[in-house]
Amino acid sequence: MTLNILEYLENTAVRLGDKLAFSTGEVGMTFGEVQKGAAAIGSYIAKKGIYREPIVIFMDKHPATVTAFFGVIYSGNFYVCIDEKMPDARISSIIENLNPRIAIANEKNMKRAVLLMGDGEVVSYAEVASCEIDRGVLCKIREKQIDTDAIYVVFTSGSTGVPKGVVACHRSVIDYTEHLCEALGFSEETVFANQTPLYFDAPLKEIMPTLKFGATTYFVPKVCFSFPVKLIEYLNKYKINTVCWVVSAFVQVSSLGALEKFKPEYLKKIAFGSEVFPYKQYKIWREALPEAEFFNLYGPTEATGMSCYWKAEREIEEGEPIPIGRPFKNTRVKLLDENGSEAEEGEICIGGTCLTMGYYNAHEKTSEVFVQDPTNKAYPELLYRTGDIGRYNERGELVFVCRRDSQIKHMGHRIELGEIDSAAMKHASVSRSVCLYDAEEKRILLFYTGECEEKELVAFISKLLPRYMLPAITKKLVTMPLTDNGKIDRRGLINSVK
Amino acid sequence: MEELLEILGELHPDVDFETTDGLIDDGILDSLDMVTLITEINERLDVSIPPEEIIPENFNSADALWALIEKLDEI
Repeated sequence: MTLNILEYLENTAVRLGDKLAFSTGEVGMTFGEVQKGAAAIGSYIAKKGIYREPIVIFMDKHPATVTAFFGVIYSGNFYVCIDEKMPDARISSIIENLNPRIAIANEKNMKRAVLLMGDGEVVSYAEVASCEIDRGVLCKIREKQIDTDAIYVVFTSGSTGVPKGVVACHRSVIDYTEHLCEALGFSEETVFANQTPLYFDAPLKEIMPTLKFGATTYFVPKVCFSFPVKLIEYLNKYKINTVCWVVSAFVQVSSLGALEKFKPEYLKKIAFGSEVFPYKQYKIWREALPEAEFFNLYGPTEATGMSCYWKAEREIEEGEPIPIGRPFKNTRVKLLDENGSEAEEGEICIGGTCLTMGYYNAHEKTSEVFVQDPTNKAYPELLYRTGDIGRYNERGELVFVCRRDSQIKHMGHRIELGEIDSAAMKHASVSRSVCLYDAEEKRILLFYTGECEEKELVAFISKLLPRYMLPAITKKLVTMPLTDNGKIDRRGLINSVK
Repeated sequence: MEELLEILGELHPDVDFETTDGLIDDGILDSLDMVTLITEINERLDVSIPPEEIIPENFNSADALWALIEKLDEI
C-alpha cells in the first residue's frame, strides 16, 4: 500500500531513471534528475528546521517547478504554487493567509517574490536544487510522516472574493491518482500534453500518473493554444497520445476549423471537464478522431481532483447533456435533497478517502461545506457539499444539472436557468449560451455566441418556453468571456449589461 | 486598415496597434483575443482566415495582419 506520494517518484526513478519525465519540448528532466533535485531541495529546507509549514513556489510552468513541489514534500512541508500571471492583490491575500517563512523562486520571478513575501525569506531555485543531499535528515522526516500529512494548498476563488486554500494530503492524492489511472487506463506508454496551470489541482491528472507509471508529460507553451495548427503540430511532433484539457481549449481548436485540415495523429485518449462541452464542437472532435476514447470528468478541488467520469461508448443526441457518469472506485456520491435525504435529483455530495482536509485557516468556511452525512445519525462521517445539482438519467448515469444557486424564483415562478440555456442551444446557429440571473435588477439575462441574430433567437425560444421564463435581455457575443480558471465569467457578464 | 485597427482597439484600448509589434511574442493577444479577432475580421471585413494562416507571424503586428487580409481578399 502506497502511503507517501514520494514512493511514486522513487520507484520510477529506480526503474526508469534516464527516461524523460517532464519537458517543455525545449527543456526536459528525467525521473532521475527530478528525484535528485527534489531530494536536494528537501534537504535544504529541512536543514532550516521548517516542518509542516507552507512553502511558496514562484516559478513558471517548467519541469523544475514539479521538482520544487516534490522537494517541499521531501522536507515534510506542503507547497503553494503562485502563478506569475496572478495579480499582486491576489498573491498578497494568499500570502497573508499562509504567512509563509520561505519561498522558492526562479531567476525571473525573484524580484517580485521578494516584494510580495514581506518578512518571509526568498531563496533561488538554482541554489536549493544544488544543495547537498542529506539522506539522514530526509530519512528521519520520512519515518515521522503519515498519509494524512498535507502536501499542497491550492487556492480557488471564494464567492466573497477572498481565495480559499484547499489542503490536500498524501492519502487523498494517492486515492485519486490510483482510481483516475484505473478508470482512464494510463500506463508507461502514456504521453501527456498538459494545458492547465500548475497552481490548480488540474495538472495532478498528468503529474501523478507520470510519476506513478513512468509516463511523460509535455508542458505545452501557452501560445500554442492561440494557434490551433501550431498546437496540432506540437502534439504530432512529441507523439502526444493523451490530453486532459478544459473544454475551452478543445473548442478553440475545433471552432477555428483546424480539425478540418489537420489531425492530431497519435491522440488516443481525450479527457475534458470543468464545463459543459458544446454539442457541435464535441461532435467535430468525435468525428475527427473516431478511434480515440473520450472521457467527461467531473469533480471539485475539495475532493482532490475529479470524482466522476463518463466514457463515451455511445453517441450523444443533440440537446442531451454529456453525463458525468459515475464516481471513481472508492468514491461515494450521494444526491441529497433540501431535507438531507437521498433523492433522484439533488445536491451532489461527495464522500471517501478522496476528500481533502478542508480550507487553510478557515474553520468556519470548512464546516459549512464539509459536513456530517445527514443520512448517518450513528457516527461521524464526512461529506463535501459541492453546491452542484445532479440527477440520474434513465440509464442510471449521473448527469450534472446546474449549480444549486442557478435555481431562481422569478415573478413567483420557480425557474431553472439551465432550462432557458438549453432552449437557446437547440437553435442550429447558436454555438454556446449561458443564462444568468441578475438578482439585483431581478431580470433574466441570456448571452450566447453563434450566427443567429438576437431577434431571431428571442422568437425561437419564445416558442419553447413559458412567457415568464423569457430573458429580459438576450445578447449576442463574439466569444464567451472566461475567468482565469477557464470557466464562464458569470459576474462579468451580469455587470456588462448593468 | 482603419477597420482592422478599430477591431484591435476594441480588444485592447490601451495598446497603440499602429506602432506595436510583438503582439504575440509579447503576449498582448491571448488565445481568447484570437478567437474574437478572427470572428470579427470574418464578420466586419468579410474575410475568412483559414486555419493554416493562423500562425504567429501573421498576427504579430497590425501591418502583418493587414497584409494577410489583403492577400486573402484578392483570392
